[in-house]
Amino acid sequence: MFEVLENETLAPALHRMVLRAPRIAAARRPGQFVIVRRAEGAERIPLTIGDADEAAGTLTLFVQAIGAGTRDIVAVPPGGCLRDVAGPLGQPTHIENWGRVTCVGGGVGTAVLYPLAKALAAAGNRVTTIIGGRSAPLVILEKELADFSAEVRVTTEDGSRGRQGFVTHELTELMADSATCPRAVFAIGPVPMMRAVAELTRPTAIPTLVSLNPIMIDGTGMCGGCRVMIGSEARFACVDGPEFDGHQVDFQSLADRLTMYRDHEAQCRVGLQP
Amino acid sequence: MLNNLSAKERLGIERVKMPEQDAIARSRNFAEVNLGLTLEQAMREAQRCLACKSRPCVAGCPVEVAIPEFVTALAAGELTVAARILMGDNALPAVCGRVCPQEVQCEAKCVRGARGLPVAIGYLERFVADWAMANAEDLAVESRPVPTGKQIAVVGCGPAGLTAAGELARRGHEVRIFEALHDTGGVLRYGIPEFRLPKAIIDAEVARLSRLGVDIECNVIIGKTLTLGQLREQFDAVFIGNGAGLPVMLGIPGENLKGVYSANEYLTRVNLMGAGQFAESATPILRGRNVAVIGGGNTAMDCVRTARRLGAERAMIVYRRGESEMPARVEEIHHAKEEGVEFVMLTAPLAVLGDTQGWVRALACQAMELGEPDASGRRRPVPVSGSAFELPADVVINALGTRANPLLTATEPDLKLNRWGNIESDAQGATSLPGVFAGGDIVRGGATVILAMGDGKRAAAAMEAYLGQV
Ligand SMILES: Cc1cc2nc3c(=O)[nH]c(=O)nc-3n(C[C@H](O)[C@H](O)[C@H](O)COP(=O)(O)OP(=O)(O)OC[C@H]3O[C@@H](n4cnc5c(N)ncnc54)[C@H](O)[C@@H]3O)c2cc1C
Ligand SMILES: Cc1cc2nc3c(=O)[nH]c(=O)nc-3n(C[C@H](O)[C@H](O)[C@H](O)COP(=O)(O)OP(=O)(O)OC[C@H]3O[C@@H](n4cnc5c(N)ncnc54)[C@H](O)[C@@H]3O)c2cc1C
Ligand code: SF4
Ligand code: SF4
Ligand code: FES
Repeated sequence: MFEVLENETLAPALHRMVLRAPRIAAARRPGQFVIVRRAEGAERIPLTIGDADEAAGTLTLFVQAIGAGTRDIVAVPPGGCLRDVAGPLGQPTHIENWGRVTCVGGGVGTAVLYPLAKALAAAGNRVTTIIGGRSAPLVILEKELADFSAEVRVTTEDGSRGRQGFVTHELTELMADSATCPRAVFAIGPVPMMRAVAELTRPTAIPTLVSLNPIMIDGTGMCGGCRVMIGSEARFACVDGPEFDGHQVDFQSLADRLTMYRDHEAQCRVGLQP
Repeated sequence: MLNNLSAKERLGIERVKMPEQDAIARSRNFAEVNLGLTLEQAMREAQRCLACKSRPCVAGCPVEVAIPEFVTALAAGELTVAARILMGDNALPAVCGRVCPQEVQCEAKCVRGARGLPVAIGYLERFVADWAMANAEDLAVESRPVPTGKQIAVVGCGPAGLTAAGELARRGHEVRIFEALHDTGGVLRYGIPEFRLPKAIIDAEVARLSRLGVDIECNVIIGKTLTLGQLREQFDAVFIGNGAGLPVMLGIPGENLKGVYSANEYLTRVNLMGAGQFAESATPILRGRNVAVIGGGNTAMDCVRTARRLGAERAMIVYRRGESEMPARVEEIHHAKEEGVEFVMLTAPLAVLGDTQGWVRALACQAMELGEPDASGRRRPVPVSGSAFELPADVVINALGTRANPLLTATEPDLKLNRWGNIESDAQGATSLPGVFAGGDIVRGGATVILAMGDGKRAAAAMEAYLGQV
């Protein structure tokens, strides 16, 4: 059992949760994730470790409630417990000083991006952060990111906050000027966003890292369910990733596989009830 | 009852048939297929044993269960004695009685098999173990030995880890098992389905270990949450039994289509997470109408029989050799056939074919014929030219096998591995690192429950000797 210490709503359906998990807090590095199971019978849900306090033995998670599993998790109040928390899983981000980097976050991806951007800044990079969402309430962590970013640019699709449009517009602008053009780009968000960013940086071959979110079960390389195509090779996102070279990722196959259980129809599409 | 039978009378008794759930009914439920013998049936079967002085059957058992002795006690109706003998040699008899490949182990060596059918040692083992679990709780409750003050870490809660932990706890050591998943049992829980091995049996065995004082901590992944180095610092010795959990991929086009599973994923969803079995499970699973399972081992049989239970109209085994070359247990093949599983033999998959939405629609296949024997001594399948065909399927399950999972071993460069990534150890389980022992599938590659248990038992003895020296 893992005790929830804090649970705060940051935006509609987006929660920041702090829980006690001393071993994971001590072992984790930026870019890694945990697998959380709310209770007996519940799904195993992968969630990035947003932050950790080794001395206090705590982890911070940012959870967007998009389905039954994540809704159950964010419903746990402080003092309540999560049955299982396993990790840290996946490879830590390779952090180096590139000089000037751009971090691009979309939706809840911004939360996943946060520990990475923080580590990049700590390594001496000048970090420009671009965050986007459909509308103002979905733009998250702006203040927290501003603490260490040289600049934070905000976009919304409806123009209710920052510039109207997509994060890719801002990135195009940065890339157009040699004084602001990043040496590396880190993009985390919905699959279409990561794919668009990768396409943008491909012609100039700016190293571009994306963080993939396939459906997972064990998170230890045992089931193969999280396989993604990187170049012509099948790799397991839970052990080899979740971060990969965006120019090598087969986004179509990833997007497709994410719809495998999209709705109950899909589950029963081909089969019968016994 | 009669237990002073003459050899002739014993030879006259016919081998018992295991009562089974009706094949049609069971092909749609997850309840256990084999129902177990009655006391009368078990005693009568036990009377078939000739109590051979040379004990050939014992040599066929990897943990050398005292077969003639426990069977003789059973024949006399002395169940407590039988149970005590059996449990002295085998920590998980209720499991082994169900899943051991007896036909190639103990029963293969039974003299009665030379002319007729061998004594049904597996059924008898299961009977005695189940009887003990239901009627002799006190037998299972062992008094805790005097603590030695030594602390031992066990990595993995499968049969190898459970056995090693039990043996070490009985010697008075403080044992802690670290398990990566959220539940115990390893393949016994996430791989082998309920209809062959009910989960309640694993629970009972685990409870027995807990009463002995073994501490089991789930959700701890060695190599990630804690390193092997940390375990070596904090414990006096370490046993690694982390299994062979890494799926071998098909490596054919279409492997990423929706509806293609590895056996590990498919079985884990159903067995560990309860998908399709329990209404309260949140885990989804695709219930195929036409399910093609590629492979011919126990894992393939478990997948195809599971698919049938999840509602498949056609559940098919696709195997590139013939039926007699299949590595699966004879009983599993037989049960699968009774349950309506189709066997598409001498057939190799070429590609998984999809529709425009990315869902599986068929398996492209190639007919094979058997040529010259290969390195394994089995005749090598060779393609028959011009024989490609399509097998309609909406779910394809890859049951080609598993390899050593590198998650733990990759973090410890000093731990010597062989070229397949398995940990190298001596006959007693000692690895290249002092105080670190290993056994089960991580050493052998995909093997059997009883071999993993044998490794755990031998390693525990070697660890005892090691602890005496340090
Ligand atoms: C390595 C990794 C790190 C992640 N980090 C975070 C994080 O920090 N915060 C966070 O809120 N979410 C994160 N996710 C996504 C999160 O795991 C999914 O949102 C969650 O599993 C959905 O489960 P559910 O039961 O709530 O929704 P479901 O009802 O299962 O699904 C709702 C919808 O989401 C889709 N979906 C299912 N599984 C996933 C998935 N793994 N990723 C994306 N979409 C999915 C479904 O197809 C469906 O359309 C991460 C995923 C991965 C693989
Ligand atoms: C579907 C299937 C059917 C089978 N049927 C039979 C049968 O009928 N009869 C038979 O004799 N054999 C059968 N086998 C083989 C048998 O199950 C295995 O040989 C046996 O379970 C191996 O035991 P083990 O203890 O070595 O490993 P496992 O049973 O694999 O247990 C290893 C445990 O370690 C855990 N682990 C892994 N990595 C780590 C880590 N880094 N940190 C902590 N924990 C970790 C795993 O989660 C797992 O719980 C079958 C196998 C499969 C897959
Ligand atoms: S443990 Fe297995 S091989 Fe040994 S006697 Fe029992 S059934 Fe036979
Ligand atoms: S070989 Fe067969 S008959 Fe002889 S002791 Fe063993 S089980 Fe009994
Ligand atoms: S989640 Fe099972 S292999 Fe990655």
